Amino acid sequence: MTLLHLEGVTRTVQLIDAPPLTILSGVDLDVEVGDRVSIVGRSGSGKTTLLNLLGLLDNPTSGAMLFEDRAVGSLSSGARDRLRGREVGFIFQQFNLLQGRTALENVMTPLLYAEGRQFWQRARIATEILERVGLGDRLGSLPDRLSGGEQQRVAIARALVRGPRLILADEPTGALDLETGETVMDLIDEVATESGAALVTITHDPSIAARATRHFRLDHGVLQVTSTVPA
Amino acid sequence: MKRFASNLVGAVIEAWQEVRIHKTRVMLSLIGVAVAVCAITTVVGLGAVAQQATVEQNERSGGRAASLYLSASMNDGSTPTEMPEIWRTALERYKIDYASRVVNTSQTVQFADGAVPVQTIGVDPPYGIMHRITLEEGTWFAAADQRRLAPAVLINSIFWDRLGRPDLRTHPTTTLIGERSTTAVVTGVYPALSYETEPAMYMLADALTAITPVVIDPNLQFGPPSYELWVPVKISEQLVTALQRDVQGALGSEATVQVNRQDYSSFQDGDPYLSLKLTVGAIAGLVLLLGALGLVNIALVTLKQRIREIGIRRSFGATAARVFFAVMMESVVATVVAGIVGVIAAVLIVKSPFVEDFISQGQVTDFPPFPVEAAVLGLVCATVVGALAGLIPALVAVRVKVIDAIRY
Repeated sequence: MTLLHLEGVTRTVQLIDAPPLTILSGVDLDVEVGDRVSIVGRSGSGKTTLLNLLGLLDNPTSGAMLFEDRAVGSLSSGARDRLRGREVGFIFQQFNLLQGRTALENVMTPLLYAEGRQFWQRARIATEILERVGLGDRLGSLPDRLSGGEQQRVAIARALVRGPRLILADEPTGALDLETGETVMDLIDEVATESGAALVTITHDPSIAARATRHFRLDHGVLQVTSTVPA
Repeated sequence: MKRFASNLVGAVIEAWQEVRIHKTRVMLSLIGVAVAVCAITTVVGLGAVAQQATVEQNERSGGRAASLYLSASMNDGSTPTEMPEIWRTALERYKIDYASRVVNTSQTVQFADGAVPVQTIGVDPPYGIMHRITLEEGTWFAAADQRRLAPAVLINSIFWDRLGRPDLRTHPTTTLIGERSTTAVVTGVYPALSYETEPAMYMLADALTAITPVVIDPNLQFGPPSYELWVPVKISEQLVTALQRDVQGALGSEATVQVNRQDYSSFQDGDPYLSLKLTVGAIAGLVLLLGALGLVNIALVTLKQRIREIGIRRSFGATAARVFFAVMMESVVATVVAGIVGVIAAVLIVKSPFVEDFISQGQVTDFPPFPVEAAVLGLVCATVVGALAGLIPALVAVRVKVIDAIRY
C-alpha cells in the first residue's frame, strides 16, 4: 500500500532582487508501508527540504503529493498538522529534546496533541515506550543528564510514541560516535519493523544508507534511484 | 468535543510546564503583575474599610439609615404634655424596636475642683445601638438600669480623666447637683470626640427628668425633647407620613409637629464614594498597565529563545491554534498565579490589625470582612492582563515557520 506519493514535485523559494531559487525539481517518490528508504546527498542538495515536504512541514510549489491517497495540498493547515502528529514521527540529528523536561515529559509531548486514550493515558504509554528503548530507569532524567546515545533513544521513543506510519530520520546518527550510531540505528530498524512503519532516512553516512532497501541520491534538487535491494 | 477537552487540558498542562520550568523568569516577570494586583485589591479592600469608617462616623452623629426625627411643640413654645403617651402608642402601633427619646440639657456635676455644668443627653437604651456608641470601659445602658435608685451615667473620657480614671469595678460615683443633689453611678466611659474638650455624659431619659426638670438653655442651643426612630429604609417615607399624620392628629392644630429623616444617606444622591473609587481605580489601573507592559516585554524577549521549542512542538502535531492558545495560556496561568499571590498579600495587608487601626482611626466597630468583590476584581484583572499580555507573543508564535524554527 502506498503511504506517500510524490509526482513532479518542485519547491522554489522567492528571493529578494534575484530570480526564484529552485531547491527541488521534478521529484517522484513512492513510499510504501514498511518501506526502508535512504536518501543521500551533499550539503545544499535539498535533502532537508525534501524531508520537510515528506513530513508535511512544508508545501510543494508545484506537483502532486498524496498521503494515503489524500492530496496534501487540499488539507487545511490544522488538518495537515493533525495528520502529521498522528502519522509522522521525526528523528532529528540534534535530538531536539525539550530542555528542562524529563525524558518522560519529552516523550509525552506528542501525546499532548493526541485525543482519547492516547491523551489521557500518556504517562503510561510514554513509560512503556521508554522501557522499550531501554530507558526505563531514566524516566526522570533531564536531557543534559543523558549521554548522546540516550538522548537519541529518547528522541526515538518520542517519534514513535503515537505509533506513526512514517518515520523520518534526518541524520539520526550525525551527532553520535560510530558505535553508538550503529546501536541507535539497530534500535530504529527494530522498532520500525515492529510497528510496521515506513522509515525514510536522510544521511551522509553510506553505512547508514546501506541499511535501507531502496536507495536514492539527491543531486541539485533532482532525486534519482541508485539501487533497490529486493525485500 | 473529545478533541476540545483534550486540547484544553493539554494546553493548560503545556502552560503549567512552561511556568514550572522557567519559574525564575516567570517569577521575575510576574512581580510587577503581583504587585499591581496586590495594589488594586488592597486599595479596594482599604476603601471598603475607610468607607465603613466614614459611614459609622456619620451614623454616630446622625444615626443609621433610616433615622427619623420627630419633634413636637405647642404654638406657644411649650412641650405637649401628651407626648409620652403619643410616643408609646406610635411605637406600639408601628412595632418599632429601635427608638429613643433624646433630651439635650446641662447638668451641674461636682468635681474635686468645683461644680461644672456638663452637657448631658438623656436617652433610652436603644440609642447606643442606633448611634453605634462604643465604650472604652463598662457597658451601655441596659433595661435593668431603669430601676436603679442611684441613676447610671455614661461619661466621656474627659469626664473620666477629671474623676481620676477610677476603676469601674469599684462602682465610682459622682454627684449631680440640682434642686436636690443626686449620687449617680458611673457605669461606662465612651471616648471623647477629637473636637471635644469638656466633660459630657449620657443618662437614661427617665432618670434625667426624674432628678431635675429639663432646662432649655437658649445659650447652649438645647431644644425641647426630640424623638428618634431607626426604621428600615424602604418604609421610611411611609412612616414619616404616617407619624406626621398620627402625632399631628393627636395634638391638634395648636401644635407644630415635624417628622423628617436626617441620617447621612438621606442627603446624598448616588454613591458618595464614586469619585474616590474612580480616582483609586484609575491609579490602580495605571499600575496594572505598567505591570502588563513589563510582562509583554519579557514574554516577547523570551519567545525568541523558544522558537526552536515551538518548531519542535509543531513537528509533533501542534496546530497553529494550539500553539497560540498554549502561549496565551502560559501568560494567563502565570498571571492568575500572580493574581492569587497578590490577592492573598492584599488580604493579609488589609486585615492586619496595624493597617485596620490606621485606616479606621478608631471609628469602626463593625469591621467589614475582606470584600469579595475586591478579590474577584484582582483575579479578573490578573486574568485579563494575562490574556492581553499573552496575545502579542501568541501572535508572534503562530507566525513562526516550523522549518526555520527547528533549525533555529
